[in-house]
Amino acid sequence: MIRSSLLIGAARAIRKIGGDFIDRVWRLGAGTRLLGLTLISSGESFRRFHLVIREVYFTGVRSLIIISVSAFFVGMVLALQGYNTLQKYGSSEAIGVLVALALVRELGPVVTALLFAGRAGTAITAEIGLMKATEQLSAMEMMAVSPISRVVAPRFWAGVISMPILASLFSMIGILGGYMVAVPLIGVDAGAFWSQMQANVDWRFDIVNGVIKSVVFGVACTIIALFEGYDAPPTAEGVSSATTRTVVTSSLVVLALDFALTSFMIS
Amino acid sequence: MERTTIDLWVGIFVSLGVASLLGLAMKVGNLTTSNIGETYTVTAAFENIGGLKPRAPVKSAGVVVGRVGDITFDSTTFEAIVSLNVDKRYNFPADTFANIYTAGLLGEQYVGLEAGGDEVALKNGDRIKQTQDAVVLEKMISQFLYNKASESKEVAPAAQAKSTKTDDDALGSNPLDDLKDGSKN
Repeated sequence: MIRSSLLIGAARAIRKIGGDFIDRVWRLGAGTRLLGLTLISSGESFRRFHLVIREVYFTGVRSLIIISVSAFFVGMVLALQGYNTLQKYGSSEAIGVLVALALVRELGPVVTALLFAGRAGTAITAEIGLMKATEQLSAMEMMAVSPISRVVAPRFWAGVISMPILASLFSMIGILGGYMVAVPLIGVDAGAFWSQMQANVDWRFDIVNGVIKSVVFGVACTIIALFEGYDAPPTAEGVSSATTRTVVTSSLVVLALDFALTSFMIS
Repeated sequence: MERTTIDLWVGIFVSLGVASLLGLAMKVGNLTTSNIGETYTVTAAFENIGGLKPRAPVKSAGVVVGRVGDITFDSTTFEAIVSLNVDKRYNFPADTFANIYTAGLLGEQYVGLEAGGDEVALKNGDRIKQTQDAVVLEKMISQFLYNKASESKEVAPAAQAKSTKTDDDALGSNPLDDLKDGSKN
């Protein structure tokens, strides 16, 4: 009796794992299809560019404060931590290089993408999920307006445009934060701070690669947020769990993509 | 088309992004400081390049005059062929000396050019004939230890002669000289 109930329990657990896995694969396929559909039907959003500009305002401009404040603090912490270690090797002038390379190559694109997923991605998911729950998307279809080209594509392009801008702002403000700690507070020579940085940060291999990373993260974060919203069950609970999934999936995808892109760029 | 405040904010946002990208390029990156426009390429053969990497600076009198291009291995002479992209503004005599130096004790390696006295200038595709290899720290230390050991024995006359020579010559205390002698043997 006990044994058979154990077996049933085990079978149920395995079935759940398999079902979850198949569900993930299905969602991956559907998400890719949404990305393809968005790319095909984005001609409309370029012809009516004010739709994209409106979304750039909501996703990009409204994220400015969180991005710049966190960039400032990240830069300051980097300088403090870096100074602590570099000082042991007598090369505290290299603090500018450390802060700049860490921000431009890694932290700028990655932390921006994580903050973007939390700040703008959730808003996109909740908005589209609620549009779906209140049948606004169906109403559009009834009026022969494609919701993909009217609602999804402008948000997608707004995310792709905003992310590199936010990431380069993040790097720049972070470097200023590092400067604030390194030069007035610790007393590193300002000339050495900038000149070592300029000697060791390369335009093509560091800065352009960082921008490429942020564009890729922009595509990934935005399409995940759009898909989760578009796919959300039209209930209050469905929208809330879709919003959670947006943050979790975006963060994991950004970190995994970051590893893949870095290994391409370094080799 | 009517203008809205949203347009203004997006305009500010985009120009902030462009400004920070420009700032990264000019203030943080080396787009301005080592922007080498037109270059000509000369090659140099080294027996050992140590840790020299592509894109390492080429300096003369401490000024960056170019960048290391690609580094290949010549399987007939068993030497490393390093191509140097030198700025067109700077001409060097044909008998210029190319050394591999290390910036600081453990810093990155770079190529140093020391101008000779020839009146003919190096052209694109030329080969620098006089080169000096990178200093390999292990080689230097083992040479030093070997010399010390032979000095203390004072049995072999050749070693003795050599040690007196280095004692007389004040410049002989430079371990680099020993290394050059040793590498020829």
